[in-house]
Amino acid sequence: MAVKVMIPTPLRPYAGRQASVSVEAQTVGEALDALTGQFADLRRHLYADGGRLRSFVNVYLNQEDVRNLQKDQTPLRDGDTISIVPSIAGGRSC
Amino acid sequence: MPETIEKTKHAAPAAPVSLSKEEVLRYSRHLIMPEVGMEGQLKLKQAKVLLVGSGGLGAPLALYLAAAGVGRLGLVDFDRVDFTNLQRQVLFGTSDVGKPKLEAAKRRLQDLNPEIQIDAFETKLTSENALDLLRPYDIVVDGTDNFPTRYLVNDAAVLLGKPNVYGSIFRFEGQLSVFGLADGPCYRCLYPEPPPPGLVPSCAEGGVLGVLPGIVGSLQAMEVLKLILGNGDPMAGRLLLFDALEMTFRELRLRKNPDCPLCGSNRTIHQLIDYYEFCGVRGEEAPPPSVEVPQMGPRELAERLKRGENIFVLDVREPHEYQICNLGGILIPLGDLPRRVQEIDSAAPVVVHCRSGARSAQAVDFLRKAGFRRVWNLRGGILAWSDEVDSSVPKY
Ligand SMILES: [Zn+2]
Repeated sequence: MAVKVMIPTPLRPYAGRQASVSVEAQTVGEALDALTGQFADLRRHLYADGGRLRSFVNVYLNQEDVRNLQKDQTPLRDGDTISIVPSIAGGRSC
Repeated sequence: MPETIEKTKHAAPAAPVSLSKEEVLRYSRHLIMPEVGMEGQLKLKQAKVLLVGSGGLGAPLALYLAAAGVGRLGLVDFDRVDFTNLQRQVLFGTSDVGKPKLEAAKRRLQDLNPEIQIDAFETKLTSENALDLLRPYDIVVDGTDNFPTRYLVNDAAVLLGKPNVYGSIFRFEGQLSVFGLADGPCYRCLYPEPPPPGLVPSCAEGGVLGVLPGIVGSLQAMEVLKLILGNGDPMAGRLLLFDALEMTFRELRLRKNPDCPLCGSNRTIHQLIDYYEFCGVRGEEAPPPSVEVPQMGPRELAERLKRGENIFVLDVREPHEYQICNLGGILIPLGDLPRRVQEIDSAAPVVVHCRSGARSAQAVDFLRKAGFRRVWNLRGGILAWSDEVDSSVPKY
């Protein structure tokens, strides 16, 4: 299935500065694998050690949080949109 | 529905809530629309709203809520106005620079609407004072810019059973929701834990596009009005994502997390905690956990360069930062360093700098691990260079 993965602003530097990336996948997990296969730097921002999705990063299939669906196993349909939504706090710099 | 009206009718008849002739004129654009009307305007007049943070989000929030006639507006902030605020914090003017934000805010808001009460709390919101500060108010608005305070505001609002109108911004992207309504999710349902400091975003990627907080703060103000008026569909259970560059508003569904440690059925959080510890930062001013690396002060570097020493000055900021100001160093952004490391002259001593010294410390650590022996971090970066060596170099 061809799906679109929306990349949030803070993660765009690790995804070739793109706002969205199209991937081919059957499940949400496969789609994220395809994405991080393409952009290796993205991986450590999305997953904690041990391969669990970080707790300040949520993944939505269309409008629904995949935690409320079948998580990684959630099946995809052609034209679905996956959104990666990390928590943001403000525009501070260090 | 008109619960507040009922209350006023039966409460002390000596001082019924009503609008003066001046207020009727002031609020006439509200009064002539049925969705507000006299009933709604009196609700606004009796409403008590606490704004946490008087920055980018707080500015439009305070201005619009004051203008709309919210009867009592509390502001919590301990900062002073500085020049970098003026690009987006429209509550303040150039003549306010250096003054406490709340002093400037109160004057501006009281001029905008002398009919309302402004409570200025010139303090940092802490686990010790949060419950007392929030308690007298009906609605809390989160206009803060850091994770510890966001979790603190959320937890205090949930513990007190008050709605928390949430807005957050980053560069050109914003989020909006309403947390803490009965049966609705809270911020922890959405994000159980904050990001560890220093992960995303890194300091190279900060910044806020000027108008963005105006948009998100105005959306928050609109949600506040709707909650007070009891009109429309509040954003509870929904997360709005706004992308200013693409000019898109997307909406995601939020659900209460049954396992939420704060608002779930088996909640484990019954009081406020240490939010700096929770977020992995010790105090607002604590620098991000940076690596221990050899440092060189700006004066020493300046003298050695002046003596004509062959020092490789490496600038690890981003190209757009180099355009603001530079020390004539070779630019290799931190993220590009691993694949461009051969561009560095390993025969010469290397001094690495960034804006403040945090990114360059990471670069020095990387270079030492890559085998560089004579490599130093410029202590305090461009900011310290401007202070100690050349004041013509602008700070940003
Ligand atoms: Zn919750």
